[in-house]
Amino acid sequence: MATEPLLSVRDLSIDFALRTHILHAVRGVNFDLRHGQTMCLVGESGSGKSVTARALLGLVDRPGRISRGTIRLHDGIDIARLRPGGRAIRRVRGRRIGLVFQEPMSSLSPVHTIGAQIAEAVRLHRRLDRRAARARVAELLRAVEIASPEEMLDRYTFEFSGGMRQRAMIAMALAGEPEVLIADEPTTALDVTTQAEILDLIKRLQIERGMAVLLITHDMGIVAEVADQVAVMRFGRIVEQGSVERIFYDAEHAYTRRLLGATRKLERTGVAPRKSEVSPPILSVRGLGKVFEGRRRMFGRATSPVRAVSDVSFDLFEGESLGIVGESGSGKTTVGRMVLRIIDPSEGSIRYRDRDGASVDLCALGREGRRAYHRDVRLVFQDPFASLNPRLNVKQIVGEPLLIAGIANGRALDRRVAELLDMVGLDPLAMERYPHAFSGGQRQRIGIARALALDPRIIIADEATSALDVSIRSQILDLLIGLQARLGLSFLFIAHDISVVRYFCHRVAVMHRGRIVEIGDTATICSRPAEPYTKSLISAVPNPDPRAKRMLNRHRFTAAA
Amino acid sequence: MSDSALLAAVVADDEEGPALTVLRRSRHAAAASIGPWRLIASKLLRQRLAVAAGCVILLLYAIGGLAEFLAPALPDAARPQYTYAPPQPLHLFRTAPNGTTQFGPYVEGYRIAVDPVALRRSFVADTSRPVQVALFVRGPAYRLWGLIPMTTHLIGPVVSSQPMYLLGADRLGRDVLSRLVYGTRVSMSIGLAGVTVSLVLGVVLGAVSGFYGGVVDTLIQRAIEVVSAMPTIPLWLGLAAAIPLTWSPLSVYFVITLIVSLLGWTSLAREVRGRFLALRGEDFVTAARLDGAGEGRLIFRHILPSLTSHILAVVTLAVPTMIVAETSLSFLGIGLKPPVVSWGVMMQDAQNIRTIATAPWLLIWPALAVVLAVLAFNFFGDGLRDAADPYGD
Repeated sequence: MATEPLLSVRDLSIDFALRTHILHAVRGVNFDLRHGQTMCLVGESGSGKSVTARALLGLVDRPGRISRGTIRLHDGIDIARLRPGGRAIRRVRGRRIGLVFQEPMSSLSPVHTIGAQIAEAVRLHRRLDRRAARARVAELLRAVEIASPEEMLDRYTFEFSGGMRQRAMIAMALAGEPEVLIADEPTTALDVTTQAEILDLIKRLQIERGMAVLLITHDMGIVAEVADQVAVMRFGRIVEQGSVERIFYDAEHAYTRRLLGATRKLERTGVAPRKSEVSPPILSVRGLGKVFEGRRRMFGRATSPVRAVSDVSFDLFEGESLGIVGESGSGKTTVGRMVLRIIDPSEGSIRYRDRDGASVDLCALGREGRRAYHRDVRLVFQDPFASLNPRLNVKQIVGEPLLIAGIANGRALDRRVAELLDMVGLDPLAMERYPHAFSGGQRQRIGIARALALDPRIIIADEATSALDVSIRSQILDLLIGLQARLGLSFLFIAHDISVVRYFCHRVAVMHRGRIVEIGDTATICSRPAEPYTKSLISAVPNPDPRAKRMLNRHRFTAAA
Repeated sequence: MSDSALLAAVVADDEEGPALTVLRRSRHAAAASIGPWRLIASKLLRQRLAVAAGCVILLLYAIGGLAEFLAPALPDAARPQYTYAPPQPLHLFRTAPNGTTQFGPYVEGYRIAVDPVALRRSFVADTSRPVQVALFVRGPAYRLWGLIPMTTHLIGPVVSSQPMYLLGADRLGRDVLSRLVYGTRVSMSIGLAGVTVSLVLGVVLGAVSGFYGGVVDTLIQRAIEVVSAMPTIPLWLGLAAAIPLTWSPLSVYFVITLIVSLLGWTSLAREVRGRFLALRGEDFVTAARLDGAGEGRLIFRHILPSLTSHILAVVTLAVPTMIVAETSLSFLGIGLKPPVVSWGVMMQDAQNIRTIATAPWLLIWPALAVVLAVLAFNFFGDGLRDAADPYGD
């Protein structure tokens, strides 16, 4: 700790002057970034962590304003005093401090080649002719471990996968050889295995170049894996900071403990083991497959068909939660939509055992039959914002299925909606409110109430908790577990997050490239996976324990292409 | 000092939410159960320019609605002795011969002066013969909205045979102000019918195209492309020639606007289609579908309400196009024709440079009215478009 900090932030406050109030987004924040050290700024959404990071580069947009404090580089430049857009701040950006954004899709230009974009960053900092710049770009791409860089730099953004784009972003951030690298949620949009690779890369680059890294994240698992120092932010203040060991094993602030508690809770299972039943499955899927046909255009060639799902078979029993995990593009959402019959399967069968015990072939259902089926099988959406119509109030949203089915109206409808809201832990008096008045977690509860309105038997939850902060995530999962015990629901739980599935599901099916690679008890799959893909997937999940870094010692899976 | 006091107030130990310093009680942030329409209204009311423009629009329609009462004279009461009489300024205070000044509005009468060189006759103010002016005077008889017989006018000369031309007179000695007021009625309302037809066609076809997609969408889109490729002005010329001469000029114009609006729905249809395509894939629409909502319910309860405010904005912006169309076509002589009075017909009188040189008021006033109406609709429409999405930003 004897080293001089490369960058020190003192008493930084940022205010946003809004129409009706001033939002104190950051309040009196202090921290230091040191040579060769990774500082993690961790907090939930709205805690001010991203604004802090952007302030370090003089990127606070209006109506935001740094109201107090200093951001001092080791040679005395105070970034907080520099004129935004001026020459001085531009000499800091890129050259002293590099930034990697969260969204590799939108932070790279779609109309320039990757090479041209990085070359621009290079030539802003150094006088190089075209050829030298190109050589330098290739060198940077090699540094971020992109194979055959000379070839790749002439490719466009859309030809890169998410992980490669993020590597290209990092290469761009490195172009000016900065002393400090800020990574703002660099892996949030990526799959776990890609996330592990990117975090690996950042760590390696840091060691090679001796940079200070400021990593912004909401995930305590990532913090445990990569941080040296941790600062926990909440509502614009750093409530606690210290070494990673101290934060994880000796936290003082109640909020830090709560955050850790919520994260660690998801390392265990939250459901009681199901007693093995003899009753036939409520839902039985056999040989399900889906090919998206290529679209024929009026002129030009038809696009080639895409096989999204092939030969998927599983059973769902009454009162059971079956998890389907997989990375993006593994076909898990398509399976969910086929079971819901929003998408027509190309092959295979789905049989549903209805309330009378009769077996229904879902693929042969007509309009009316499908309508009846949709009463029994309901969907909970991922995005709590897009899934509620902003123009309807809560009563209209939750009451809609009841009204359409003709089950209740008038007073009876009010009573039933109140009952449902109460069931999901919302105040029934909130019935007249519009969705914009609720937080993400509350909105998700409204979505669950809507799903419960018709007394369903199966609920398909498609990434139902992935848009939520970790503390709210476990609350919602506990709510679902409680509802399951009370109403005897079966869940088909689609998720990319192993920890959520481990907490919530009795059984798991692991999907990879449209197929189920492994299916079995959650405990077995999570602790003793048999298939190499499952092993790599599970070992890539960051472990919220700095003394047992799972991800950095992970099992690597190389797919046979 | 006060700054730190404020901060101290908000920094509590266990905080419930982000730190705020309230500047002003927000009327609706507190009340969460305010519906989208009131949010739009309050957002619109915050834009001063749009509000002012809205007031101007309301005022113009009020003038159009009460034209008979507001106009001092009848629009086609010709008085050849006052051909091209210039505007008379309105004086509010009268100086009596004994030197005392008192309230008593008047305009100065006219005297004809003859230029000895050019032998041209022109009107000069005759200070010796003031024309007394008053509010709510008895004037020429009219029927309000064609129904109620009345003789009271808002403003006019006390002795109704005396001349009063506040904005001047035209070639036949007709009062420009009165004609402008009557023209407001025609010009402001005749576009509305056309816009209504465009609205219905645009929304229905756009909704069908966007909601169902596939072959229907392709057919409608190709139809839109064909229709929007048709040149409108030659079509108007042709139609104007094809309509029977026995029809009244107003109904001729009405028919033409209807026909042209049959071509004008395309942009609205495209816009509605685009929004339907986007909204069709939204989660809340899928949710409604899974709730068992039929197609009608999906369209009318779940998708259209998100569009209504946008459609309103588009329509508001379409009205000035119709007004300008009326004006320019009438000016060219293929839209409205006398004896109908509209702004375009009035400008038709100011087509040659000599008229403009001798009687510029024939051009200035109707042109100003058109500019004012078009700007008001555009500002209001822009404001409405900004307010239309109360949940954005």
